[in-house]
Amino acid sequence: MAKKVTIYIEDRPYLVDEGQSILEAAKSCGFNIPNLCNWRDHKCSLASCRVCLVKVEGERRLIPSCAYPVRDGLRISISDSAAVSARRTSVELLLSNHYYNCQACRKNGHCELLEVAREVGARPELYVGSKTPTTLDEIAPGIVRDTSKCILCGKCIEACKESQGIGILGFENRGFQTIVGPVANKSFVNVPCIQCGQCTLVCPTGALMEHNDIPKLDKASQDHKTIIAFVAPAVRAAIGEEFGEKIGTNCTGKLAAALHRLGFYRCFDLNFGADLTIMEEATEFVKRLSQHSPKPMLTSCSPGWINYIEYNYPDLLPHLSTCKSPQQMMGAIIKSYYAEKKNIDRSQICVVSIVPCTAKKFERQRKEMKVDGIDDVDVVLTTRELGQLIRRSGIIWSRLPNEDFDHDLIGENTGAGVIFGVTGGVMEAAIRTAYHIITNQEMEPVNFVPVRGLEGIKEASLSIAGINLNIAVCSGMKNAKVLLDEIRSGNSKYDFIEVMGCPGGCINGGGQPYVFPVFLPNEDPDIWYTYREKRAKVLYEEDKGKPIRRSHLNPDIQKLYKDFLINPGSPISEKLLHTSYNFHREPYPEPTEKTTPITKK
Amino acid sequence: MINLRHEAVAIIIEICDRYKDEPSPLMLILADVQKEYGYIPLEVQEIISAKTGIPVSDIYGVVTFYNFFSLEPKGKYVIDVCMGTACYVKGGQNVLDKFCELLKIKQGQTTEDGMFSLDGIRCLGACGIAPAVSINGKVYPKVTLAQVPQIIKEYREMEK
Repeated sequence: MAKKVTIYIEDRPYLVDEGQSILEAAKSCGFNIPNLCNWRDHKCSLASCRVCLVKVEGERRLIPSCAYPVRDGLRISISDSAAVSARRTSVELLLSNHYYNCQACRKNGHCELLEVAREVGARPELYVGSKTPTTLDEIAPGIVRDTSKCILCGKCIEACKESQGIGILGFENRGFQTIVGPVANKSFVNVPCIQCGQCTLVCPTGALMEHNDIPKLDKASQDHKTIIAFVAPAVRAAIGEEFGEKIGTNCTGKLAAALHRLGFYRCFDLNFGADLTIMEEATEFVKRLSQHSPKPMLTSCSPGWINYIEYNYPDLLPHLSTCKSPQQMMGAIIKSYYAEKKNIDRSQICVVSIVPCTAKKFERQRKEMKVDGIDDVDVVLTTRELGQLIRRSGIIWSRLPNEDFDHDLIGENTGAGVIFGVTGGVMEAAIRTAYHIITNQEMEPVNFVPVRGLEGIKEASLSIAGINLNIAVCSGMKNAKVLLDEIRSGNSKYDFIEVMGCPGGCINGGGQPYVFPVFLPNEDPDIWYTYREKRAKVLYEEDKGKPIRRSHLNPDIQKLYKDFLINPGSPISEKLLHTSYNFHREPYPEPTEKTTPITKK
Repeated sequence: MINLRHEAVAIIIEICDRYKDEPSPLMLILADVQKEYGYIPLEVQEIISAKTGIPVSDIYGVVTFYNFFSLEPKGKYVIDVCMGTACYVKGGQNVLDKFCELLKIKQGQTTEDGMFSLDGIRCLGACGIAPAVSINGKVYPKVTLAQVPQIIKEYREMEK
């Protein structure tokens, strides 16, 4: 327990924890001092936005409340007229270098800058003058960077460096010319960016966003393509947040209902694809155990993670499972087995994948993924884009009934597939099936708890039919780096490691709805620290409630193998469901005309 | 990694090793590289990053923040025209413009023959002799527009 001290806000005493910033302490007293750059872990890295200024007795100047620790007897005024006016000026100055097109900006509705401008009563375009030259980078398939909207708060830099340990983004130049971007203001494609999208989750404005692929879907619709959509597990745990549901609400039924109302030919649950991945991956794992393959085997479901290992640890690529991700497997099956059985020309199918991920937009167009020159998946939409799609179609979320995803040849799914969306889930699902492959019996109990939880690195040991296995689960590249360095130095004791690109797994993916406390008045004040857990719980609860919880018992999967794939790892499986990796990925390729972002004066 | 000779890489690595026990070695490394090569291109920053574990974006941020560091090769003679308040009031901008005109380069650039680089810098600390120009450390006081061609000529002749 931290020591308590008494502070005074507008002369009223409050008991708060010593050492907190004024901003955090004030929050615990029921005050939200307008701010932009303050965020997680009760700290503000830069105190750069200057929006949270307050008056502190005894200080000559106004104080940025985010960077000033409270002490006993501190007297603070938030409503002091000088502070009120200074906060307003700070925001007005930020706006003076901001590109106003709020109507067209996709961040509208989730823009913290616009919200704080409203809070402080900023007068629009009060200060008019020259603006910093801007850069628009729409080249990367996953993330768009538009510096004309950037307010230099540095949150994205911290997200990239602190939570992912990568450090693609940084400040460049000095003074008025300062911008945030990858080195030398390059496009994301010319630096070793993994396109995980964690930066888009913290950006308070529209400066960093996912690439908008809704127009691609519209084009397919105009071309009268047969649109087949599927939704990843983690989407159900968060899509409701786009429509005001409490964080941690299971929206599977409404999600399926919404998709049915969007006019797609079929909408499947990607859990089916996850089950298929488990069949292939668990089989591969068991096979590798009995051979002299490099140990440990690494999972390959997360495209951000694949980017990371290709850029930074190409020597460890032989450890990576050759399985495609569930998204790609699902696409490949729809365009082969499903198209064949349903007698649809596969070139007329548009496969739409709805995922919590920006890196999947990149994965979709990898050339290693193509089967006979055709992409497995045609359009990748994030959870946020799906929210936009539903809003645009006039669907009233609160009035949606609960429906089920389509079951048509494929689509049946299990609890093992659902937990793919959270760190540890792939491992747990794989163990359930690997146990069956090795022993021909079912693992009891079905839950494998040691890999659950949101810690960065988890490890466990288990014994299956006398084979001792050491496994590890990690999420976030900062944690993956620790395990990869162990492998590189030959000190890794593990047999199997699950890696997910985003901290916490897909539930916290770069394409998930924003969690900005300012827009979530009905959530607890500590929602920043609990939302991952709440979303994860949705998936574990759904797994618990499923009649079938083991991938190999999925009847549609069994039928698929019987009628088409023969068995996991068969030549046709290899062709459709497995991939290869790029051992020579240049981290800093020379920019070409096509890969140079547009810079405007 | 492009266009870097093995010897150059070895020297950069040696410079990084020089400061490996420093708590924050970046500025020291960059200063030495700048002195050794006259500039710090991206490829060199990548090597420093790989060696020190500091992200390239951080290194690039520092290099582009300080005037002392340069991404482009500097000329043999670096002309620094003072743009501090006193020099500016006394016509420093005109002097800078004159240099630009005669050398046919802009501020921050280097002549094609690699002879001159031109920079506008903040206060030289010699406000009493404004406007001041410093060339490779040699300070020219109270520079008039008429003196500018003279000064350039002086160096060109030295090179003949």
